[in-house]
Amino acid sequence: MSADCVQRAPTREEMLAALVVRQGEENVKKLQAATVAVCGLGGLGSNVAIALARAGVGRLVLVDFDCVDVTNLHRQQYKACQVGMPKAVALPENLREIAPYIELESHQVRVTEENVMELVGKADVVCEAFDNAEAKAMLVNAALENCKVLVAASGMAGFGDANSIQTRRVSKNFYLCGDGVSDVNAGIGLVAPRVMACAAHEAQTIVRLICGLEP
Amino acid sequence: MIKVNGIDIEADGTIFAGKSVAEYLSTTNYDCKRIAVERNGDIVPKAKYGETLLAEGDSLEVVSFVGGG
Repeated sequence: MSADCVQRAPTREEMLAALVVRQGEENVKKLQAATVAVCGLGGLGSNVAIALARAGVGRLVLVDFDCVDVTNLHRQQYKACQVGMPKAVALPENLREIAPYIELESHQVRVTEENVMELVGKADVVCEAFDNAEAKAMLVNAALENCKVLVAASGMAGFGDANSIQTRRVSKNFYLCGDGVSDVNAGIGLVAPRVMACAAHEAQTIVRLICGLEP
Repeated sequence: MIKVNGIDIEADGTIFAGKSVAEYLSTTNYDCKRIAVERNGDIVPKAKYGETLLAEGDSLEVVSFVGGG
C-alpha cells in the first residue's frame, strides 16, 4: 500500500470497530478468520473481491492471467490509468486503498486442472468468477471433486432484468448465481449493473457461508 | 423414475437405468466441456461419466455454464 494511504487510513482497530457496529462482533471474527479464493478478476471477480474486502474477509487469494484492457473499464473495478497492468497486480493496489489491512495473495496465472488445488486448496470458500464457460466448468468440477465449498456464476450478460439474477444451492457444497441462460456469446453484451448484481449475489452467499448462515 | 433437473427422463418409455451418465449425456445437446453433473447431491467426477451407472430413483442435476463475467 502506498505510504500516503497508510498515513491517512484509520487504524486497523478503528476499522474493525466500525465493522462490528454494522455486522456484529461474532460475524466480524468469522470473516476476519476466513480465506476466500477468487478465480477470475474481471466483472465478477473484481466486484466480489471488493465486496468481501469491505465486509472484513481476512484473506483473499486472487487469480487471473490477464491484463486490464480498455474494454474492461466499463464494468470491472479498475482505473483508466491501470490499462495494461496485470489484473493480479492492479486489483491488489485498489483493494489496499479500500481495505489496507487485508491479507492478499495474488497469482498471475491461468487456472488449469493441474494447478487449481495448489491455488485454491487452502481457501475456506472458492469463488468462480471466470468469463469463459469451459473455464467455469473446469473449476467447478475440480473444486467439487476436491470437496471445496464453491460459489459460481452463470448467466449475467445482456440488458435483462436484474431480478432474474438469483442464487441457487445446487448441492451441499455448490451455490450458483445468475439467470443460468444469458450467454455473452449470444451477442447481447455485458452491462455493469447486471454483472455487479451477479457479483453481489456471489459475495453475499460467501459472506453468509463464512458466518454460518447457509445450511 | 430417473430425474434430470427435476424432469423424468424415462417418461417416454426410454429406460436409462443401468446406462452410464456418458450414455445419457450422448442423447442430449449438452456440451460436456461446459457442464457439471451431480448425482443424488454428489458431484460425478468428469473421469467417471463412463462408469457411473444410473439407477432407478436417481436424481441428476446437470448444470450447463454460459459465458460472461
